Amino acid sequence: MVRDVQASRGAHQVLRGVSLDVAPGQICALMGTSGAGKTTMLRAIAALGPFDSGSIVVDGFALAPGQVPPESKLRVLRRSVGMVFQAQSLFEHLSVIDNVTLALIHALRWTRERAEAEALALLATLGVAHRASALPRQLSGGEAQRVAIARALAPDPTLLLLDEPTSALDPARRGSLGEVLRALAAEGHGLLISTHDVDFAEGFADRVAVLAGGVVVEEGPPREVLSNSAHADTRALLRSPSAEARG
Amino acid sequence: MTRWRIATIVTVLAAAACARTGASRPPLRWGGDAEGGAPFVEADPADPSRVRGFDVEIAGLIAHGLHREPVFVQVAWSSIEASVERGDFAIGMSGVEDRLELRARHAVTIPYFEFREVLAVRPADSSRFRTLDDLALHRVATLGGTGAYERLLAEQPRIGLVPISYDDDVHPYSDLVSGRVDAVLLDNIIADRSLRRSGGFYIQPAPVATGHYVGVLALRDSALRDSVNVILRARMRDGSLEKIFRAWNVWDDSQAGYFARALADTSTTRLAASAHADRSVRAYLPALLRAAVVTLVLSCLSMLLAVALGIGLAAGRVYGSRIVRAPLAIYVELIRGTPVLLQLFVLYYGLSEFIRLPAFLAAVLGLGLNYAAYESEIYRAALQAIPRSQLEAGRTLGLSEAQILRLVRGPQALRLALAPMTNDFVALLKDSSLVSVITVVELTKQTAIYATNVGSWLVPGILCAAIYLAMSLPLSRLARRLEQRWSAA
Repeated sequence: MVRDVQASRGAHQVLRGVSLDVAPGQICALMGTSGAGKTTMLRAIAALGPFDSGSIVVDGFALAPGQVPPESKLRVLRRSVGMVFQAQSLFEHLSVIDNVTLALIHALRWTRERAEAEALALLATLGVAHRASALPRQLSGGEAQRVAIARALAPDPTLLLLDEPTSALDPARRGSLGEVLRALAAEGHGLLISTHDVDFAEGFADRVAVLAGGVVVEEGPPREVLSNSAHADTRALLRSPSAEARG
Repeated sequence: MTRWRIATIVTVLAAAACARTGASRPPLRWGGDAEGGAPFVEADPADPSRVRGFDVEIAGLIAHGLHREPVFVQVAWSSIEASVERGDFAIGMSGVEDRLELRARHAVTIPYFEFREVLAVRPADSSRFRTLDDLALHRVATLGGTGAYERLLAEQPRIGLVPISYDDDVHPYSDLVSGRVDAVLLDNIIADRSLRRSGGFYIQPAPVATGHYVGVLALRDSALRDSVNVILRARMRDGSLEKIFRAWNVWDDSQAGYFARALADTSTTRLAASAHADRSVRAYLPALLRAAVVTLVLSCLSMLLAVALGIGLAAGRVYGSRIVRAPLAIYVELIRGTPVLLQLFVLYYGLSEFIRLPAFLAAVLGLGLNYAAYESEIYRAALQAIPRSQLEAGRTLGLSEAQILRLVRGPQALRLALAPMTNDFVALLKDSSLVSVITVVELTKQTAIYATNVGSWLVPGILCAAIYLAMSLPLSRLARRLEQRWSAA
């Protein structure tokens, strides 16, 4: 669904022809060192940032290169793609339940009762239903992460993008987040996760794509790519702190 | 011969002694308001650093009678009484009206001029509005703090007219001509001057009342006052005063009659008791509270307008295209860069040729349009302080830009804007006192009227401050509570 995408930030060309596919029910880890262009790729797919050439197609909706189109032309894409941001992006003035129901009530025009029932079910799946009436600033990092996932999942997107979801979590919470993501994939959601956390990718991804120099240098099942890599960029990734922590 | 010589020497010595004493005496500082203009006191067109007018010449006569040099001290007309007691100058003279209260609080000279309070109306109304009694339910303008204003207030319950107080004596007449008021009650000198200057109205020949101009001195200066009285009587007798009044074109037969009466009667002129004898706090409190309601309603309406317009301006500057942003930015800078007083004048008087706004509406518009510029900057800053990730999260959830503004960005920005907004509202509550320049009587203006009448700012000032605080403190408290609730929650 991502074909030969090129994108630049200012004079710097970040992506030089990236192609990627995420099938329904599959977890794809987009790996690379900091500045490799992982976030740029995710933002282009979510129509938050522009790309110069190539094509991006999600669920039959094709994004054209150039400036990001106005929101009125992105309705179909918005229903298909959910995004969980790296920085805490929960709405600080709304409770957990209101964060999750916002899109259902205002974008999808559900009744409040129906939206709240759906939201509570989602929060229960993610293990944070007991925090429904809390405000974002009262949550722990792990809880906030799960609420952010619940909010992105509420409109039932086919593709869920997660930008560095493990960066703020301790190892135990990373494991439990991985379990949650596996369960979502089992329900049929496609997941594209940008990460430089080798353990996490190895443990939970179906496929790994390594981004370096603006192109995908290696792609395949995690064990193949991460254990026997011949590629210098992948080896560099394996030498990163998270990889060394494996001992 | 020798005797003659000795007599001459003695005379010359005495004259020299007199001259020396005269020279060593301090100058006579006298206070007046050059803004009052001719024929009282005005800046000399030939040399604006000097003043001229009949009050200036009479002050000169008095000073020379005391063998002192006159020195003019500029003072706002409404502050002459307070200033003379403070010792800013020895005698205040600028069309100061003789009143019982004035005599109770200060040392007052004998009247040196008799004026008539006359009614000015539009020519079409000259047969309809002949006296105050004909003006039931009509707006009658005058200068605040004068006997004429006191008279209008006293007659208000009986006749049912509506007194309108102005800070100057020019705009009552221009507003009469333009139809904002239906009559003006003021001294014949001021009425005649306005008629000569701009015209467009008719002065009823029968006076409503007569009054007198006096010099006012501090209560402790009664000895000096007595000397001044001796000089004034002498100058009435020898025709110097008449000459001055003739030169300034204000002498007529009634003045001659008054001089004759004043010189025959050596006691001070009798004065009719004012209708407003009760000067206690209890008498003024209802008026102050009514004025406080005006201040509060005015401030609330202005703030509502400022908030609504401010949100529009801020949204336009944050979301609009360059074509939208440019004029909005110009509006904000223009309004913030010029005094609100000037804006009120332009709105009320400047635009009156095209649109005649009622005073209260002009006040709400003036303050509202002014504060909207400040509010819009607060909202703009608050909107821009909301992190981009919040807006992007809204977008990925499928919310429209308008929904993001209404549900995500706006509510969070409001929390940031609350504290500065409260500050502005408290400031507006106090800035609303400026609208007295366009004839709205609010709390500060009512206090000034009260203070002028009782001759002291102490009690009126304390009362006024207490009422302002009673209005602003609960507001600050409410804002603090809201802030706490939002930050603690």
